[in-house]
Amino acid sequence: MRHIISILMENEAGALSRVAGLFSARGYNIESLCVAPTVDETLSRMTLVTRGDEQIIEQIIKQLNKLIDVVKVQDMADAPHIERELMLIKVQALDNSRNEVYRLAEIFRGQIIDVSESSYTIQMVGPGHKLDAFLNALGAIPVVEIVRSGALGIARGPRGMAVPEA
Amino acid sequence: MELSGGQILVECLKAEGVDVVFGYPGGAVLHIYDALFQQEQVKHVLVRHEQGAVHMADGYARATGKPGVVLVTSGPGATNAVTGIATAHMDSIPLIVITGQVPTTLIGNDAFQEVDNVGITRPCVKHNFLVKDVRDIAITMKKAFYIATTGRPGPVVVDIPKDVTDPRVMIPFDYPASVSLRSYHPTVKGHTGQIRKAIDLIINAERPIIYSGGGVILGGASSQLTRFARLLNYPITNTLMGLGAYPASDRQFLGMLGMHGTYEANMGMHHCDVLIAIGARFDDRVTGNLAKFCPTAKIVHIDIDPASISKNVVVDVPIVGSIKSVLEDMLPLIEEAGGAKQPEALTAWWAQIAQWRDMRCLDFKTNGDVIKPQYVVQKVWEITQGDAYVTSDVGQHQMWAAQYYGFDKPNRWINSGGLGTMGFGLPAALGVKFAYPDEEVVCVTGEGSIQMCIQELSTALQYHLPVKVVSLNNRYLGMVRQWQEFFYSGRYAMSYMEALPDFVKLAESYGHVGMRIEKASDVEGALREAFAMRDRLVFMDFQTDPTENVYPMVPAGAGLNEMILV
Repeated sequence: MRHIISILMENEAGALSRVAGLFSARGYNIESLCVAPTVDETLSRMTLVTRGDEQIIEQIIKQLNKLIDVVKVQDMADAPHIERELMLIKVQALDNSRNEVYRLAEIFRGQIIDVSESSYTIQMVGPGHKLDAFLNALGAIPVVEIVRSGALGIARGPRGMAVPEA
Repeated sequence: MELSGGQILVECLKAEGVDVVFGYPGGAVLHIYDALFQQEQVKHVLVRHEQGAVHMADGYARATGKPGVVLVTSGPGATNAVTGIATAHMDSIPLIVITGQVPTTLIGNDAFQEVDNVGITRPCVKHNFLVKDVRDIAITMKKAFYIATTGRPGPVVVDIPKDVTDPRVMIPFDYPASVSLRSYHPTVKGHTGQIRKAIDLIINAERPIIYSGGGVILGGASSQLTRFARLLNYPITNTLMGLGAYPASDRQFLGMLGMHGTYEANMGMHHCDVLIAIGARFDDRVTGNLAKFCPTAKIVHIDIDPASISKNVVVDVPIVGSIKSVLEDMLPLIEEAGGAKQPEALTAWWAQIAQWRDMRCLDFKTNGDVIKPQYVVQKVWEITQGDAYVTSDVGQHQMWAAQYYGFDKPNRWINSGGLGTMGFGLPAALGVKFAYPDEEVVCVTGEGSIQMCIQELSTALQYHLPVKVVSLNNRYLGMVRQWQEFFYSGRYAMSYMEALPDFVKLAESYGHVGMRIEKASDVEGALREAFAMRDRLVFMDFQTDPTENVYPMVPAGAGLNEMILV
């Protein structure tokens, strides 16, 4: 099963490689990985998408917690949450497909952020499956380039992911 | 008081009560060596190869329970240390490994003797640090000792660029009294509810077995474990790493379990209804085929590392906490409950175990005057009255030492169980001898392993570390040869050493005593003579039966009840 795992870790050199190294050393797969500083500049927030059965996910969470730099780990699947991913996609838009691409982007609530004589670049945000659906909808229209951020996740409700009390 | 980075580092070691550093100097650590040279409290042992330094510190740590400290230079100094670091990591041994690094301004420039040491050691340390500012040395060292010695222990590498220890940069020194990390809180106390659940399962067991590992020794919980087993009158088996945590001479002890474990221990595991795993990690050399492992057992697992729980075998009642604390919580509960609740079933279980014991699986055939390796270990045990510190290398001799030297005390059996590092035994023995100069320290080895760190015979002379080397020389890489006999139809690919040194002369050239023993009838006399030389390192080259195998054996892929007995 697919899991989104959120990690708060010390914002120190090499922190990212500790996580990436753990996954490769133990043979877990990483579907996507996003990392950036948080409001608290001493912390980085990492969002990682992986797949595995219950036992593997449990091991992943335990192994992540075992890393000294990791402050907190949360499996988003444990509670209601929102998932978003950003996609930038450059699509061929010639005479006959130009209107079609425009219309599809509208339907999927994408924004056209760059235009050339032969292409549109569209920005689209949503859960991964919505972005996949858009790609399907394009059908035979040639895609020049795709950049995807990987998924981000945040829990629903008023509570935030915070540093545990010592 | 203002100090340089090198001086600060030495002061940190003093503050942590470090009495010895095992190391090897080089360009990047010259400032540190200069600071070490100008004081007397922290001793330094100059090794002959950095791998030896880490194994020495490791042996010292395993015997004393204190963290071992290593100091090596950048580049090849650091990479030579990696095998030792990985060895300690696999067996959860607390070490502080200080490595030099090129100056901060040169990092990333492919400078002379530069490697990305933090990157190289990342997968085989508990944690590592790169110190880029002299003001960070003290706090980093405090964290390093704290991390290495708490929770599930392990090696911590501290990489220090040369400019950080520059003697021209002096700053005030203040060693922090304590440290806390928001991201690191090892659990000590076991969950009360889980403990109660476990007790209920444990006291009502009909066919119980206690399976305890290295965690008991690391956690200093040997006496608690012994009380626990005796209170319940349950059979107990130890892993390779756990030997000595429960007295081997006790009637409740079934011997070691696993691939070369005893018949009674493995059959007991296979047929038990409640398995009490204490400080053990269900390693593949212990479990055999996981699909056939303990098919009828409910499992209680006590371990300090949550990631060890349900990693290989899903358990019924996990308890995360220090072994000592959890067992101390359990003992009064067992007493209150009046001990085990199924005396009749337990009597029948012990009767069954007695039948398994009657197989006498560790008996071996003698063959005229050919030296049987098992016999040598038995004699070493006799002569040292079972009270020596015994280190080993890796292979057949390691298993024979584990099987035939009955350890009655913890911290006495010192071997590379997890990584299986040939070359470990001799330097580890020197580390132990440094810590306990008055104790008998024996390195049981083979002619293959000993050659992987044999240069440390020179260190032994310099620091007067008179250990006894018992080499079981069968001219083969014995464990490889055994597998080739069993599983490769006797095709002995590259497992025979055609050209061996004359070990007697070799020992002598290093300034020690060498002995070559060729007949079984000479074994005891030679050992007595060697052990009588209290002040000399004696290298005993026993010419043993070249085709002897380690039995019993659970072949790869088999269950614990499917053993080859002889």
